[in-house]
Amino acid sequence: MSSTPIQLSRCGKTFADGTRALAPLDLEIAAGETVVLLGPSGCGKTTLLRLIAGLESPDPGGTVRFDGEDVTALPIERRAVGMVFQSYALFPNMSVRDNVAYGLKVRRLPKGEIAARTEEMLEMMAIAPLAGRRVHQLSGGQRQRVALARAIAVRPRVLLLDEPLAALDAVLRDRLRVEIDALLRRLAITAVYVTHDQAEAMMLGDRIVVMSGGRIEQAGTAREIYRAPATPFVAGFVGTVSRVADLAGGEALLRPEDIEICAVAEGRIAATVETAHFLGGRCQVTLSGPDGGRLIAEAPPDAAPPVGARVGLRWRDAAVIRIPLMEAAQ
Amino acid sequence: MRNRLGFALQLAVTLLVAAFLVVPVAMSMLAGVTANFFVGVSSGLTLRWVGEVWRLYAATIGLSMTIALACVAATLALGVPAAYVLARRPGRVSRAIEEVLTLPLAIPGLALALALIITWGGFRDFRTGWGFVLVGHVLYTLPFMVRAVLAVLSATAMRDLEEGAASLGAGFWTRLATVVIPNARGGIVAGALMVLTLSVGEFNLTWMLHTPHTKTLPVGLADSYASMRLEIASAYTLLFFIMIVPLLVAMQAMSRTRRTAGPVEELPPCRPLPSN
Amino acid sequence: MSNRDLPRLVLLAVPAGAFALAFFLVPLARLAAAAAGGPKGLAAYASVVTEPRHFESMMATLALAVGVTAATLVLATVAGLFLSRHAFPGRGALVAVLTLPLAFPGVVVGFLVIMLGGRQGVIGGLTEALGAGRLVFAYSLAGLFVGYLYFSIPRVILTVMASAEKLDPALEEAARSLGASRARVLKDVVLPGLAPGLTAAGAICFATAMGAFGTAFALAANIEVLPMTIYTEFTLNANIAAAGALSLVLGAVTWAALYAARSLAGPPVAAAA
Repeated sequence: MSSTPIQLSRCGKTFADGTRALAPLDLEIAAGETVVLLGPSGCGKTTLLRLIAGLESPDPGGTVRFDGEDVTALPIERRAVGMVFQSYALFPNMSVRDNVAYGLKVRRLPKGEIAARTEEMLEMMAIAPLAGRRVHQLSGGQRQRVALARAIAVRPRVLLLDEPLAALDAVLRDRLRVEIDALLRRLAITAVYVTHDQAEAMMLGDRIVVMSGGRIEQAGTAREIYRAPATPFVAGFVGTVSRVADLAGGEALLRPEDIEICAVAEGRIAATVETAHFLGGRCQVTLSGPDGGRLIAEAPPDAAPPVGARVGLRWRDAAVIRIPLMEAAQ
Repeated sequence: MRNRLGFALQLAVTLLVAAFLVVPVAMSMLAGVTANFFVGVSSGLTLRWVGEVWRLYAATIGLSMTIALACVAATLALGVPAAYVLARRPGRVSRAIEEVLTLPLAIPGLALALALIITWGGFRDFRTGWGFVLVGHVLYTLPFMVRAVLAVLSATAMRDLEEGAASLGAGFWTRLATVVIPNARGGIVAGALMVLTLSVGEFNLTWMLHTPHTKTLPVGLADSYASMRLEIASAYTLLFFIMIVPLLVAMQAMSRTRRTAGPVEELPPCRPLPSN
Repeated sequence: MSNRDLPRLVLLAVPAGAFALAFFLVPLARLAAAAAGGPKGLAAYASVVTEPRHFESMMATLALAVGVTAATLVLATVAGLFLSRHAFPGRGALVAVLTLPLAFPGVVVGFLVIMLGGRQGVIGGLTEALGAGRLVFAYSLAGLFVGYLYFSIPRVILTVMASAEKLDPALEEAARSLGASRARVLKDVVLPGLAPGLTAAGAICFATAMGAFGTAFALAANIEVLPMTIYTEFTLNANIAAAGALSLVLGAVTWAALYAARSLAGPPVAAAA
């Protein structure tokens, strides 16, 4: 399958009623890369995906390029994208096989080729036994696979996925996440994946674009975003952080796993245990710090301090996340 | 104990209402096959009156069927595209168009008929043909078709389906033919049934628009109520019931299955406004 | 997908638009002009107030429509709630019976009223058998009332049942868990929940009763309701101006009732109907 780089430049979106869903932004997606758009609902991630898809046009001045070619004016049906919708949008008037074959039929491929490629897709997604069924006879996970098969059957230049796992229960979501990850690696296709689930984003994305309020907060690998969040929003949205006083000025933040509970005398600060919850492999401990601020730390599963205990907290300097004052003020 | 009493009271009211609706229908059906209704069923049962009605009024039944089918065809051709446009472009303009399209429901048939006669009555050939009656029927039934189809088309699931088809490369007309219309089938069939039923029973407009050569079934019914003996009027009504009841039953069945159907067909049942 | 399709969408809207223009908007404008073009000019529109015969007819029609709407709402709410709340053998058949007359035309309903309360009607037979003399009511305002009740009940029952199905049972359970009696639950939870549906159905009921013509026509009664007055003005008196003005005033009243209900009930009738 071909892989196509995507370049967005000055892409903003203001809807007819005046709501600004997206501030003008630039984004480059490399060929074959999987980029996850992550953010809370209303952050503009779905609008950005729909701009790339061609379901929305950017405000004047914005351009969308596929492999250098300006596709801004092309409607979705002429962009050769594959898209998986949150609702799957499977056609209830067609069988599973006809759903998968639809894009090929629309492209007027020879009959034999349509049949062969459809079967190949059904096999690949392990839904061949369901080929004759109607959509309403499928389970959620099966629908998900049909939607994927249908989107990739046309060998799109770009694969776009809009919260494809949001409608599924937790167990199925975990399993399909692994499958989608393997599929994207195998196809080596440029993919843009929208989600509000940070675990999904960290697992699937070569790069994560964290969005909030219609703008990009930070784009980077999962590690960069977790270890070196660019803004307080990113630090708080991806993972949990506790705030500690920082002598150098600005925010000093710590991940729970980097805060160690010790005796008061050994700690850099003292705190009081408020709650301790056993979570299997570890305990999550909530404490109130010297200035009354709340801190979240981790303890070994069987060594959590009792509630109400006075303890010390210590951490390595290297673990401290610093966000420059200017960014923090924003 | 109070509960029991309440139950019994509600049941009684319900049964009484049901009797109110059923008894006259049953009576008129019986009267249509009774030799002499004044004497009673003891005078014997006969199909003579039905035969008489057939001899006198067969043409009205044929014309009603013709007009009703033509009316379905016309409302499909006009209403389905219009509903699609309204669903695709929701906004103030669409709201205004929908208001105009459904306005004929709020205006009494008599007024519509008068307006049509004043404007088009001078075109003699048009005025005297059944096309004139058809125009009245289309005017009155079009809102039902538009609403029934619009209800299915404006479901979010339908927008998703169309975007799905577009993402796979389908252009405007392909999407319309392969995805939109097939999945709006429930609404289209419901609308068509409704139009058929309403057209067969339409009287208000038709009475004003008809000529001696373009009498429909309800016009003939009014005629027989005014001038024929009770048994013939009843037999004629019986024939009308035989035509309309299957349509009504089909409509009921449709709204039942639609309530339990898939994601696209989650539309509320459409309730007709009979032309009385 | 949105703006690029505009020309095609306009194309699709053309047939319905042309039809509405030629056979609805223009005729309505011509009717309005004809009504004002009579000997009395624009004063024709005021004839519902100025002309005693028209005024009486309007008042009778309004009273009839209001009465029918009120009676229908009460009966249909009792029956509709009952049917949606209880499961019992024969319920399906009962629902079918109660909703089947949905699209019976007014003329046929008029004939059915004759079957009930005409000279050979079943009710007359009953009263005679009871020794109270033959009760004949079909050819009066009472006959019209019964007829309008007949074609209004099925629709309102359907609305009540549809609204009742949509009520969240948890609301009632919550009210009962807070100690409310059945009557309180009905008053505080069920009826407010049904109110939008009842408002819409009531408005349609009222509008239909205002404009109904077939039933009065079939009863051939000496009842001056507005549609009959319009018909008489047009056919017997050939007074197109009066007939036109009256029918436009009638149209305005029914449209206003529907519009008011739509604003009251929140979502448009189009969505609820």
